[in-house]
Amino acid sequence: MSDGSEVRVISATGTLGGGAMDQDTLREAISMGAHVVGADAGTVDAGPYHLGSGTCAYSRDSVMQEVDTLLATVPRGVPIILGSAGTAGGDPHVEWVTDIVREVVAERGLERRVASIKSEQDRDYLKTMMRRDRIQPLENAPHFDESVIDRSTRIVGMMGVEPIQHALTGGADIVVAGRASDSAVFAALPILKGIPDGIAWHVGKVVECGTLACETMKRGTMYSRLDSGGATIRPIGEGLRCTPQSIAAHSLYENSDPYLHPESSGILDLTHSAFEQVDDVSVRITGSAFRPAERYSVKLEGAELIGYQSVIVGGVRDPLIIRQLDSWLDIVKSRLEARAVQILGSLKREDWRIDIHVYGRNAVMGASEPRREDLPTEVGLVVCLTAPTQALASKLADLARQPLLHQPIPEWSGAITGFACLFNQASLDRGPVWKWCTHHIVLPDNPMDMFRLEMHDFH
Amino acid sequence: MQLYELASLIRSKNAGPFTLTFDILFNDEENYTRVRDSGALNAQSFARLYGVSDNTVRFFTCDNAKGFKISIPRRFPAGDPADADLHGGQQHAPLMAIDIP
Repeated sequence: MSDGSEVRVISATGTLGGGAMDQDTLREAISMGAHVVGADAGTVDAGPYHLGSGTCAYSRDSVMQEVDTLLATVPRGVPIILGSAGTAGGDPHVEWVTDIVREVVAERGLERRVASIKSEQDRDYLKTMMRRDRIQPLENAPHFDESVIDRSTRIVGMMGVEPIQHALTGGADIVVAGRASDSAVFAALPILKGIPDGIAWHVGKVVECGTLACETMKRGTMYSRLDSGGATIRPIGEGLRCTPQSIAAHSLYENSDPYLHPESSGILDLTHSAFEQVDDVSVRITGSAFRPAERYSVKLEGAELIGYQSVIVGGVRDPLIIRQLDSWLDIVKSRLEARAVQILGSLKREDWRIDIHVYGRNAVMGASEPRREDLPTEVGLVVCLTAPTQALASKLADLARQPLLHQPIPEWSGAITGFACLFNQASLDRGPVWKWCTHHIVLPDNPMDMFRLEMHDFH
Repeated sequence: MQLYELASLIRSKNAGPFTLTFDILFNDEENYTRVRDSGALNAQSFARLYGVSDNTVRFFTCDNAKGFKISIPRRFPAGDPADADLHGGQQHAPLMAIDIP
């Protein structure tokens, strides 16, 4: 790199294993000179299932194919950082991705130093921090106490730049990071090289979703050049173009506040950011600031098992049932409750639940649906039974069939079948379901207290 | 005119599992300022439309992005058995029909 004060950061994809990584544009970006290549490998968007179950949202083949592309295209000397490995960034996820990297390195006959940074949190550590009053709720947080910690399947802490920087200064060629701030993946190296925090974090925020910050998202690579005064963002790929508005609008995406974005070490403040079109496709960003935090914080994400589900899918077409659907469903539910008491006496009512999603009326928006009273031609019913074991959920689904199928209405004399059941066997066993059980931050004594770094030399 | 005819993008999405956020974006200054200055779009009108309480609504006017952002607590956390929109991406339809004078 000819200009020592400029740092060049590549974002290879917004989601590792998702199929958006493009080798040709990645190669082109590398040829323009790069100091680091990052890829966001995880998200909470996919739900608590992946954290709870220890699995990735993508198949091993999909992730391996993109790790292979990275290792085939990025030369040694340009570190690769994979953040929030395996979708959820827990210990099994980090191990799973590290194993994929090991396999690709071996298959390609390479030598690479690989850092794994684990972010799962020890229960005793969290309880100690709770007793020291070092755990605080974020906005809209659920209740969180020691019994939740005990019941949780897995809790991770979201790392900032510090653990990644430790890995880089330790000589890592590839960093497989557990749960990490999406922006930290890209900000870590620039900050290490002296780029002002506000510029580094803002670039991270823009490029972590890959080409989503362009006018139209397509396959391609994001290339950014950072200096002490600002950064230039350039998308590489056919039909890709960044504009001041597409960049400004992207900082709104998935964020509750358009201007203030909290990170472990402070707040990224975009209130005075300015965006300028510098060529047909590139935008220069200036004015982004970073307000250092008084106390360093680490956000927790946790999954708690709530039970096992069985699901019945079907529909109703009779307009007389549809016009009295709420009361019809209430009767179905109370008949199921009565049968459950009869047949599953030891199961307490508070230990199981029934959720009925009414497609065609208000399934998607629930209580916020303004057109709930419109009468549709048909409704789809997705009836979910959640219970402490799969066997119990399945039994409850069995018991729900009679009420669903043959519940009479006053308008018709004689037996009716009020439900169009889609499948036989009527119910599908869905397996375990988790919920997010925390939305809190921990104030650790030191940033590295909550993360474990392991170095491997693979060949 | 209805809001969807003036906006270039109306979308909803989770901002983490506990918060829902809406973006209303415009391609041109004229439509944006017309909506901004009309008084039809604000925290109170949103709260009424969605059946939530005023004081849970955060409303932002973003001149540089030419758009508005509204954030509310999710009724249920993402992935909850009672929730049917995992990503929160299909909650914006009522905004589309807002009448802009």
